[in-house]
Amino acid sequence: MATTYRTCPISGMQFEDQAEKLMRWNAVAGVLWLLVGGITALLVILTRWPAIKLLPADQFYLILTAHGIDMLILWILFFEMAVLYFASSVLLRCRIATPKIAWLGFWLMVVGGIITNVAIFQGESSVMFTSYVPMQAQPHFYLGIILVAVGALLGTCVFFGTLVVAKKDKTYEGSLPLVTFGALTAAIIATFTILSGAGILIPTFFWSMGWIKEIDAQLYRMVWWGLGHSSQQINVAAHVSVWYLTAAVLFNAKPLSEKVSRFAFLLYILFLQLASAHHLLSDPGMSAEWKVLNTSYFMYFAVMASMIHGFTVPGAIEAAQRRRGFTNGMFEWLRKAPWGNPVFSGMFISLVSFGFLGGISGVVLGTEQINMLMHNTFYVPGHFHTTVVSGTTLAFMSITFLLVPVLFRRELILPKLCQIQPYLYGISMGVLGLVMMGAGTLGVSRRHWDMAFSGAPFQYEWPGAAYLMMGLTGIFGVIAVIGGGLWILLIVGSLLFGKKLDGGKVSDKPTPIPSNTQAASAVAHGSDHVPVPGTVVLALLLFVSFVLYYFVNWKYLSEVWLLS
Amino acid sequence: MSAILPPSDRLWWKQPIDKVEWAWIAIAFVWGMIMFGMMIYWHIYGKQNLSNEAYKTTPELFAAKAEKFIAENTIRTETDQDIPVVRVPPGGDGYLIARLWAWYPILELEEGQTYKIHLSSMDYNHGFSLQPVNINIQVIPGYEHVVKMTPTKKGTYAIVCNEFCGIGHSWMLGRIYVK
Ligand code: HEM
Ligand SMILES: [Cu+2]
Repeated sequence: MATTYRTCPISGMQFEDQAEKLMRWNAVAGVLWLLVGGITALLVILTRWPAIKLLPADQFYLILTAHGIDMLILWILFFEMAVLYFASSVLLRCRIATPKIAWLGFWLMVVGGIITNVAIFQGESSVMFTSYVPMQAQPHFYLGIILVAVGALLGTCVFFGTLVVAKKDKTYEGSLPLVTFGALTAAIIATFTILSGAGILIPTFFWSMGWIKEIDAQLYRMVWWGLGHSSQQINVAAHVSVWYLTAAVLFNAKPLSEKVSRFAFLLYILFLQLASAHHLLSDPGMSAEWKVLNTSYFMYFAVMASMIHGFTVPGAIEAAQRRRGFTNGMFEWLRKAPWGNPVFSGMFISLVSFGFLGGISGVVLGTEQINMLMHNTFYVPGHFHTTVVSGTTLAFMSITFLLVPVLFRRELILPKLCQIQPYLYGISMGVLGLVMMGAGTLGVSRRHWDMAFSGAPFQYEWPGAAYLMMGLTGIFGVIAVIGGGLWILLIVGSLLFGKKLDGGKVSDKPTPIPSNTQAASAVAHGSDHVPVPGTVVLALLLFVSFVLYYFVNWKYLSEVWLLS
Repeated sequence: MSAILPPSDRLWWKQPIDKVEWAWIAIAFVWGMIMFGMMIYWHIYGKQNLSNEAYKTTPELFAAKAEKFIAENTIRTETDQDIPVVRVPPGGDGYLIARLWAWYPILELEEGQTYKIHLSSMDYNHGFSLQPVNINIQVIPGYEHVVKMTPTKKGTYAIVCNEFCGIGHSWMLGRIYVK
């Protein structure tokens, strides 16, 4: 098929015409969903803020359902499609396989997303994105999600196909680049995820049509979380790949050890997807043995993988900076990092938030007995806003600051605002996560419209501190919405009004990645062993916080009623 | 730019792993094992473990058992809805129904006594969230969960529903007395 290849003059990366269009459209669609999700976030936060309580109950539950779907599924998935095409076609410098199928996937996702949103906004499908049976939504609510899943599966297949094309056309030599390898793990997990999703959503759709009489409520939760949890592993694999990508582009950083980083990605495939158990720890239908085995054996290997990446990503940056001569003390490498570049600051805040806030809280939440202290409380959304928002979303936002000039060929507008955006969003989101977890620790429920329980036959007064935490949730939530809105403004503004940049040389043949020159291998072997003491200190800090917080929660648990 | 290029050393899997990296991997591994061990330890020595006892049931079956329990043990009614307050025999079985949008009935327990509380839902998923103790258990229709509980302090406790169950979710509030 006739296509062209453009070599970007800024980055030296090569963009195939079809792949480039696909990435642009997927990224833009993702941003539009983020916009819808952001508006719903504002409405959610203004309703949960006890002093404001903006929406009536029915609208709140409707909007919260939309928030979950539009953010977690649509924004993230569209952007991930762009990441997959980037990691295959751009990094391997080859044409994209079967672009027609990729477009079909894209449009299925668009149509599916719209159908589900129509169902939600019609008002008869306020079932939350988890749609636990036997609560029933309109059939098109499920149908839309199924279409999105099919579209995403097609995109994932195109990614696999593109890897084959690159191999066949010999556009690279040796093994896949680490970032592509990470994306490959994400795609493999995605395939598993989408199949579990089909396994549960198709029967649920049939049930909503009246073709199936009943779906067991516990079984639904188990299979649904095979979808719901594994999709978070896709996100982790994707944003870790983006961290490595950022480190490579900005610092020329090479992984401390290819072997270790790849092994850690492999652990995600082997173990992460079975961690769906940790959503069922306080359920009746599973035995304690099953829970402990699945939440630990399977999960802790995945946790180990994340701890490894949490070490090797900053380690690679530190080593690269030290090679450049920032060798003073423990932390000169970090102090002298480009904190004014939003691509870096966003990535680093994402890394730190994901490790310190999201990672630690997730493991504690996923401990069989401790889960009882937090299950379905506000702690849960607090936790995952520090993973999928501070971690994944922020990583995607920061890499977009790179993609605007390179992929969209536009200069960023308002560079000063671009500089502060990651701080504004990252820090407010981190604090938001913390105060939400604080409220949850005091018992406040998630997905709950009214802390005053008006209409109930009894009264219950939440402790004053819970109201304080919810007030802070409101304040930092609004700041986070401003930070997120600012990003959308900057990106969309740059796409529309940014100065057009030169696209670079266009050719009708791909230029393969040059094979390793003598010099390159010399670098690889020569001054390779740069010690990374700063990263060691950071890692130990993480470890100590982890251990302390973990045992504090066992202490809390030991103080509640006795249960057996 | 190695993370976005094929590894410069084609035999990357033969490169030795740095000592510091090994140490960190070892720490992560051992810590995982400790956390695994902690859960087992707590099952043996800890005093807060979620019960494993659960049966498949139906709303009708469970409601019938609960009604029998209520008829035999009610000591008074409360509120203008005349919700029965039911004294659970110490060491005995108590039933708590979750339904749209109430916890039924009110249970009365004694401090330091152990009870087998049977939980099930008549319709959707609900969330048993005991406040201010903050114990949270999923309640699923079709499953009867038998949870052994020993209250450790006298007082009036609230059961908040913390699994979304429709428009009345926010007023689905129950009560437990501990004497
Ligand atoms: C400025 C940004 C955001 C704010 C202020 C915000 C706020 C909130 C709050 C307060 C809740 C909990 C509501 C409740 O349980 O009552 C929530 C739920 C949720 N949020 Fe966000 N959020 C933001 C961005 C995001 C993003 C970027 C994502 C995903 C990538 C996301 C995914 C979710 C999901 C999946 C839920 C759960 C919905 C449910 O319980 O069904 N949020 N959000
Ligand atoms: Cu309920």
